[in-house]
Amino acid sequence: MRTARLLPVALVVLLVMALLPFGVGGYVLGLLTLAYYYGVFAMAWDLLFGFAGEVNFGPSFLVGLGAYAAALLNHYYSWPIWACLVAGSAAAVVGGVVLAVPALRLHGPYFGLVTLVAVLLLQNVIVLFAGVTGGEIGLDIPDVLSISDRVNYWYALGFMVISGAVLFGLARSPVGLILQASGQDAVEASALGFNVAKHKLAAFCISAFFSGLAGAMLIFYLGTASVGTVVDIGVGVQVIIAAVLGGRRTILGGAIGAIFLIVAGEMLRDLGQLSTFVVSAIALVVILFFPGGLLGSLLRTEGRQ
Amino acid sequence: MVGLQILIDGFAISSLYALGAIGFTLIFGVSGVLNLSHGSIMVAAAITAWLAAGDYGAGSLGGALAGVAASVVLSFATYLLVVRPIQSSRAIPGEEKEIFVLTGTLLWGIMLQEAMAYFFTNSPKTVRPLIAGVVNIMGVRTPANEIVTAVLSWVAIGLLWLLVNRTRAGKALLAASINPRGLTLLGFELANIHLLVWAIYGVLAGIAGVLLGSFLGVSSDNVGTLTASAFSIVVLGGLGSVSGSLLAAYVVGYLETMTAYLVSPSIRTVPVLLLLVLVIYLRPQGLLGRR
Repeated sequence: MRTARLLPVALVVLLVMALLPFGVGGYVLGLLTLAYYYGVFAMAWDLLFGFAGEVNFGPSFLVGLGAYAAALLNHYYSWPIWACLVAGSAAAVVGGVVLAVPALRLHGPYFGLVTLVAVLLLQNVIVLFAGVTGGEIGLDIPDVLSISDRVNYWYALGFMVISGAVLFGLARSPVGLILQASGQDAVEASALGFNVAKHKLAAFCISAFFSGLAGAMLIFYLGTASVGTVVDIGVGVQVIIAAVLGGRRTILGGAIGAIFLIVAGEMLRDLGQLSTFVVSAIALVVILFFPGGLLGSLLRTEGRQ
Repeated sequence: MVGLQILIDGFAISSLYALGAIGFTLIFGVSGVLNLSHGSIMVAAAITAWLAAGDYGAGSLGGALAGVAASVVLSFATYLLVVRPIQSSRAIPGEEKEIFVLTGTLLWGIMLQEAMAYFFTNSPKTVRPLIAGVVNIMGVRTPANEIVTAVLSWVAIGLLWLLVNRTRAGKALLAASINPRGLTLLGFELANIHLLVWAIYGVLAGIAGVLLGSFLGVSSDNVGTLTASAFSIVVLGGLGSVSGSLLAAYVVGYLETMTAYLVSPSIRTVPVLLLLVLVIYLRPQGLLGRR
């Protein structure tokens, strides 16, 4: 019911977002393009955390794998963009499985630490093999998605909407419910006959697929792949904050949180270095007083009326 | 001589790691909180010491005391402003409190880090050492400050051991880490014990931060690395196990020093990360952890 009532609102918002390139300048579009890719990262992360109940501290491990696989293939072998995107998402899924199969035997902080360590290792490997990967300076990408701000914006928006729809649909499907049950009470879920490990692994693969694909698309937008933009712990932290801020267990909240984070950071640019401080403070206040996040609080008040 | 050099440098680094990680593990053991603002609190202590000793002429000792005081204040602020509101919130379901505490302390840490970078820039700062000069240990020239670091770390750890094992408050603390409900049934106020733990944590993190600042120098950019290394040491040793953390601190400290001297400083942390992955997979409870 609630979802049905929100549908027209969502459609209007989407329409406005799609028509935005006719009203605003290239700079704003560039910001939003970045925000939309972050939105996909955050939504993919929420599937794993909000539903499967596993805290992945290393979303940028999956993002980075996808991004660097695509970047290396394009830079050295001049693969076409679509092939790089396929290879990037495949690399993220394979990397995700290699990480998740042993790691899913662990829980809570241990799982979180393994994913964190995975990011640190990937970062070290990239910096160590700087001759091939470009190291901290980054690897330039010969091909770009498009040179037009508007087309890039629409690519990102379309990608976010499709990913959001798929992830949201999945979360609302029976599979999503089983995931949610496994996240909240793994013992009871398996007692009901569901294979908890298999479902969690599937969730991890799907999360990895979207993270990797988004990472690969992001570098074709940026024209360069560097540790600071796709692998750094800071990137992962941004993703987690966006997802929790937007509202956990809502999927779409991740996109809202990511857009909010990037737009707020930009609006506070006058504050200089303090802008990160203010954004973190806002995020902390939201977490303390509205733990459901932006979208979560909205849905709850809608429900009460 | 490299062997002895590794032995001495590794010991000093490891002692410092042990001191930094021990407060972190103590809080987890007693109240189940992983404090991701740990690195920020350590750096804040060092910067306060640097400021007090330098700009305000408080001298090395005065600066160190000011640093520890700042760390205690921030430790209480972390607990009262971030951790306790989340723990007592009714809107957050119990099984999700852990991730909220993690995210909350992470954000708080970023706020502290950004504030420090804003007011004092992120350039590295070196706290004036308590004792200057160089000592010659069997042919290895060692800064006196390195010895001071190791000795003070162990004095602090020793005092903590005495506190936990020989005083009434300390025993209550130990009991809280084993069975908090049993302790409240005996009439102890759990809230007071948590305050005590955060006070002890503040002192330990403060001393570790000031010593780190005088030994290696600190910058607000180090915050993430410091938190991550404390987290790794604590998991390697076994979450909540103090002796495990001590052991793990030495494993990590020596492994890093050996890699830096014998292989290359640029891959200093890689063997530790690999070891960590291996230990987590094979023995998730850590070296000395309880299941």
